[in-house]
Amino acid sequence: MTLECKNVWEHISEYLDKQLDPKLLMDIEKHLENCEVCSAILDSTRNILVLTADNRTYELPVGYSERLHARLEKVIHEPTRPENDSA
Amino acid sequence: MPATVQKEKELIARIIAGETNLFHELIRPYERMVFLSILTMLRNDQEAEDAAQEVMINAFRYLKSFRGDAKFSTWLVTIAMNEARQRLRKAKAAQFESLDEDKEDREGDFTPAVLTDWREIPSEALEKKEMRQKLREAVELLPPIYREVLVLRDLEELNQEETAGALGIPVTLVKVRLHRARMMLQKMLAPYLRAAAPAKKGFFGRMFQ
Repeated sequence: MTLECKNVWEHISEYLDKQLDPKLLMDIEKHLENCEVCSAILDSTRNILVLTADNRTYELPVGYSERLHARLEKVIHEPTRPENDSA
Repeated sequence: MPATVQKEKELIARIIAGETNLFHELIRPYERMVFLSILTMLRNDQEAEDAAQEVMINAFRYLKSFRGDAKFSTWLVTIAMNEARQRLRKAKAAQFESLDEDKEDREGDFTPAVLTDWREIPSEALEKKEMRQKLREAVELLPPIYREVLVLRDLEELNQEETAGALGIPVTLVKVRLHRARMMLQKMLAPYLRAAAPAKKGFFGRMFQ
């Protein structure tokens, strides 16, 4: 089966997540070999995902951890212990 | 059962039994995850930090209700997303931003940007600080129902089932929204990705295959 670009685009996310069934995967691979447009879309999307998962893309505010644990420290030593709370 | 899961189970049991100080240790691996999932939803450092503290406090108070059928991290991120959604809802009236579930089909066009003259991006281009800034801005522009899925799947790297569980939506919807979110990001970021590309002929390497 010959896929059109539009059909390939619909499956880019599944392709990147490796969720395509073997037959469709083969058709898409075949299309990608000959289609620079779809290859570019695939590559750029993949790059974006790499960047999203990159630890340096988002940074924690300075002192976040210290402030968090300081606040927790107070709560932890309040008279109410976890088992006395109703969830 | 993986070692960390077993260790966490023991920690939780001891905390509930009264060794409350161990809670610091329990949450330490998840501080970043909780903050970032909230930050990307609220888009404000200060409020995200306050919300993250609330989430951890609630996790402590309700630790006993953690049943252990999900991972502790998933349980925690569920609380975090609920806190973020609650705060977003409160701000909604002012922001004109809707969390409506029924907006799905009215969002419009989810086709990617076609890049003519595309070249494989060298890793140095992706290393640039500006690129990361552009990405953060683009994520912020996603409608919340897409943003939350993208954040859990592609930033926190939860699997589909965990994401569905944390957001209280079916896996099928996670897939649809994730695809749309990724395509929207691709569309928004394509101009910058292209500008960063060099003039030499690239190859379309499929580096993860």
